[in-house]
Amino acid sequence: MRSALDIARDVRSGATTAENEMATSLAAIRARNDELNVFLFVDEEGALDAARRVDERVTRGEDVGALAGVPIALKDNLCQSGVPTTAGSKILKGWRPPYSATVVGRLLDAGAVPMGKTNMDEFAMGSSTETSAFGPTRNPLNVERVPGGSSGGSASAVAADMTPLSLGSDTGGSIRQPAALCGLVGVKPTYGLVSRYGLIAFASSLDQIGPFAKNVADAAALLEVIAGHDPMDSTSLPELAPSLLSHVNDGVAGKRVGLVRELFDGAAAEVVAEVERAAEALRDAGATIVELSVPEIHLGLSAYYLIAPAEASSNLARYDGVRYGLRVDADDVAAMNEATRTAGFGAEVKRRIMLGTYALSAGYYDAYYGQALKVRTQLIDAFRRAYLEADLLLGATAPTVAFAIGEKTADPMAMYLSDVFTIPTNLAGDAAISVPFGTGEADLPIGVQLLGPGRSEAGLFAAARVLELADGRS
Amino acid sequence: MASSLRREDVAKVAKLARLTLSEAELDEFTAQLGQVLEHANDIAALDLEGVVATAHPFGLINVVRADERRASLARDDVLAMAPDTQDGRFAVPRIMGEAP
Repeated sequence: MRSALDIARDVRSGATTAENEMATSLAAIRARNDELNVFLFVDEEGALDAARRVDERVTRGEDVGALAGVPIALKDNLCQSGVPTTAGSKILKGWRPPYSATVVGRLLDAGAVPMGKTNMDEFAMGSSTETSAFGPTRNPLNVERVPGGSSGGSASAVAADMTPLSLGSDTGGSIRQPAALCGLVGVKPTYGLVSRYGLIAFASSLDQIGPFAKNVADAAALLEVIAGHDPMDSTSLPELAPSLLSHVNDGVAGKRVGLVRELFDGAAAEVVAEVERAAEALRDAGATIVELSVPEIHLGLSAYYLIAPAEASSNLARYDGVRYGLRVDADDVAAMNEATRTAGFGAEVKRRIMLGTYALSAGYYDAYYGQALKVRTQLIDAFRRAYLEADLLLGATAPTVAFAIGEKTADPMAMYLSDVFTIPTNLAGDAAISVPFGTGEADLPIGVQLLGPGRSEAGLFAAARVLELADGRS
Repeated sequence: MASSLRREDVAKVAKLARLTLSEAELDEFTAQLGQVLEHANDIAALDLEGVVATAHPFGLINVVRADERRASLARDDVLAMAPDTQDGRFAVPRIMGEAP
């Protein structure tokens, strides 16, 4: 599939039409969706109509936008008015939101055309897209393997050439890890850079929406479109979208890159080898490599698996059978609430609600949740110190290449450990990007991770572009 | 220092979270949540006296907006997605006089 920027350029010039591009996308979805279980909902007619409206605007000579006529897939926790949205859960089956997420409005304003909603771990709780109530998504590069998660559907959609772009959400690695496992560029933006209005909440202090793309420039273009202040999200940073695409070819000359031991220790040897090769590539491009240790990173996993479930237990209290979604009838309202939640939530969601409720309950709050919030402060301070010595940091995205479907479902702790390198960025509120670099076992892709302080996206894209070129992709 | 998780703790938390767990689920969750909490004991054991807790990574607090009227979602659009409605409101089973 051609790049999003090529499609947009050709739609604007009239060399292709948005309708043609959407037809190509829909044909690719039809060809493999039954096998891969990528999309939970596709609106073929609606997408073709929307594409034709873009073409009409081009014909009238209007400025259609940076993503003119580019097909895009949305993770199923992003609301689009009137379009079925489940967040991968039975409890929202059949729900059609009465409003659109801010990011969806911005995509439409830029001329992009959403065609459907992608599968995900239930309420984004998982690292493999196996906790979806609607069955697992398969990795298009090897259908016996997981695509990663929780945004596994959005990653698979791009990897299977069903769309050049998709949006996911990243609470502890849910964009970067599937990007790594599917050979894509995936970005977790600075907390507050992208509005969360219309994103179904999992852990509100950690959630961020971000892009998947086949290449760095497409990812930068998409983030530029969706970023920027939104009065509908009170955690949104008070500034306009940064200029990103124009910095993609800035290079890394003179930059200090911190190779952080704790961000690859324990990864498979083949992953460590690629991280080291990436450091060499950055050095060859003019960066200085600084070896760093940030021991506080080791505490991130524990802090995350207290903070995220605590916030989730509060956010998911709204699924009570009253205003939307599933209701299981019972004699009184409390019994109805309990019967609805028991029938509507899957095992992983129940596990996290239980964990969060426990961590917040009287007698344990100080020992668990309170401590975790303080560890978060320590981790933020540790990253600040690291960024005195380096402009950006380098590590692995995931400990291994894509693992087998079913391999970790019986052991939640093993699944949680697959997020160990991505979680620290969410706790710090910083930015990070996963970029494909080399391959490992079974010829599956490996992703390396570039991390930077808040608002460092332009520099991260420039470094990712250096790695993309060094890995032989133009 | 946190204590280890007991089956009755899990049962109590399920009640707080409005979830019904089967006997088998109680056993499974006690083991699995215990494992996660055991991992979390590394931070429960830290001496963090004097460290300030973080809620927002960039310290945004008290975000306010002008107190102006603006359009909200249309009532009918919202009620259209509700499991049950009556006279322009959400309808629920009885609340008063329920069994203890």
